[in-house]
Amino acid sequence: MKTELTVNGVSRDLDLDPRVTLLDALRHHLHMTGTKKGCDHGQCGACTVLVNGRRINSCLTLAVMHEGDQVETVESLGSPEAPNPLQEAFISCDGFQCGYCTPGQLMSATAMLEEAKEGWPSHVSESLSNPGTLSDAEIAERMSGNLCRCSAYPGIRQAIARTQGDAGGKS
Amino acid sequence: MRSFDYRRADSLAAAREGLGEAAQIIAGGTNLLDLMKLQVMTPKQLLDINRVPGLREITETENGLKIGALVSNSDLAADPRIRSDYPVLARAILAGASGQIRNKATTGGNFLQRTRCPYFYDTSMACNKRQPGSSCTAIGGISRMTAILGVSEHCIAAHPSDMAVAMRALDARLDVADATGDVRQVGMDELYCLPGERPDIETTLAPDDIITAVHLPQKQSGAVHVYRKVRDRASYAFALVSVAAIVTRREQRIATAALAFGGIGSRPWRNSEVDEMLAGEVPGEPLFAAAADRLLAEARTEEGNAFKTRLTRRTMISVLREATGLEPASVGTDRVEESAA
Ligand SMILES: Cc1cc2nc3c(=O)[nH]c(=O)nc-3n(C[C@H](O)[C@H](O)[C@H](O)COP(=O)(O)OP(=O)(O)OC[C@H]3O[C@@H](n4cnc5c(N)ncnc54)[C@H](O)[C@@H]3O)c2cc1C
Ligand code: FES
Ligand code: FES
Repeated sequence: MKTELTVNGVSRDLDLDPRVTLLDALRHHLHMTGTKKGCDHGQCGACTVLVNGRRINSCLTLAVMHEGDQVETVESLGSPEAPNPLQEAFISCDGFQCGYCTPGQLMSATAMLEEAKEGWPSHVSESLSNPGTLSDAEIAERMSGNLCRCSAYPGIRQAIARTQGDAGGKS
Repeated sequence: MRSFDYRRADSLAAAREGLGEAAQIIAGGTNLLDLMKLQVMTPKQLLDINRVPGLREITETENGLKIGALVSNSDLAADPRIRSDYPVLARAILAGASGQIRNKATTGGNFLQRTRCPYFYDTSMACNKRQPGSSCTAIGGISRMTAILGVSEHCIAAHPSDMAVAMRALDARLDVADATGDVRQVGMDELYCLPGERPDIETTLAPDDIITAVHLPQKQSGAVHVYRKVRDRASYAFALVSVAAIVTRREQRIATAALAFGGIGSRPWRNSEVDEMLAGEVPGEPLFAAAADRLLAEARTEEGNAFKTRLTRRTMISVLREATGLEPASVGTDRVEESAA
């Protein structure tokens, strides 16, 4: 099936079996391997990308469903030479060990900081109408869709906390 | 995944036509694709309704709020009207899944998500829901996530939704469009079937029905809303037991109570006798204990889920204490305030 995907601002024409997930389209058809496959069932968050600015699990959606949508992957953040503030913070806070979950953590945190700025509450927010700033418990809850087998959680939370004052973490 | 034809509907009329020959609707896809990858569900055609206009709005009506079937779980929980006037619904949604999944999951799809019974997911095991007549492996098997109310000797699967539990307490009503385009309303008390002898038949909807919206009744100023979810880890896990409660008071007495339960029922569970027992009474331990006895009188347990009777009782009583002001409110207990005129 002919499908046009817009990834990191670039439009790409693909011919896909409808079964191909957005994750497999990125990795196997566009050879953009920054986005990782952990569980392939929505349980780990390694495949997190942004679609129209919102974080989703790219393993639980079909590529053909995203014609015309804006897809953003970890490749849209900084580069090794010029990491963005969030990536910088992950490095200085030891926010990873093996690094496999990191692209998903970065994309998830990027969108999560925007959600918090819009005033979205979370399961642990005392007040639904006024959730306030991101405490450590708030960051943990809002990032619970991203598992880390190396358990680098303290560093991940710290890196996100350090970035929350900045301009959303995108370069 | 088995192969399928994919089609996109750009209007409700096109969706209705497309559904004719046993196509399956895909909305967020977070449940359907998961099950298709495991070949638990093997639709030959998928009909993508995400581009159907008019299904993503939350609008005020004469009688309350109307929520389009494609409103995402995130948008619903973040809506200021839901947060202030229907906090139990915001809390229930935020207690479920993850930020990523809630962004994709839709209101319509959440109601119709399938059970998380491990044997339903495992195609090498017998399951009457997946394969009618094959028997139920959960009975006598691993039953931690299964139900204790509304079960049958053919199936003990629990309905997994948090959102639908809050909707049940709120007496939400669904707009359902049939194949001819006629829209009927289906109450939360009419949507789900008990498993009985046919656990594969889960709802009263026809295969070509489309949920288009959900209606919430007028807000109730002064009501206390509680959603409490007990699970094996603090986040990103399905409920062992959850309780949604909406309680209003008149002086020292409970005026009205609406209690619904998740994790323990074959469908989002509500027992009107429990609500009626509480109404008009002075809140207190003996009353709460009697209400819990009533709720659990018909519980049918397995070795692996027997703990749920005590867990439900404790959770329910704790929720009632907060809902009636006998104990201070903790996170998850919110009061609906008068509107600023
Ligand atoms: C890892 C993980 C954890 C989760 N944890 C929780 C949790 O803690 N609590 C919880 O409540 N849920 C949880 N969920 C489930 C999640 O809430 C559901 O997957 C989601 O709500 C389904 O919505 P959807 O739009 O993605 O549905 P889809 O997958 O698109 O569809 C589900 C079903 O509904 C049908 N359907 C969809 N829309 C309509 C419509 N408008 N009319 C008629 N039929 C329709 C489809 O045909 C399909 O049969 C979890 C899911 C995952 C993957
Ligand atoms: S690979 Fe998508 S959530 Fe694990
Ligand atoms: S750093 Fe190894 S999985 Fe997170």
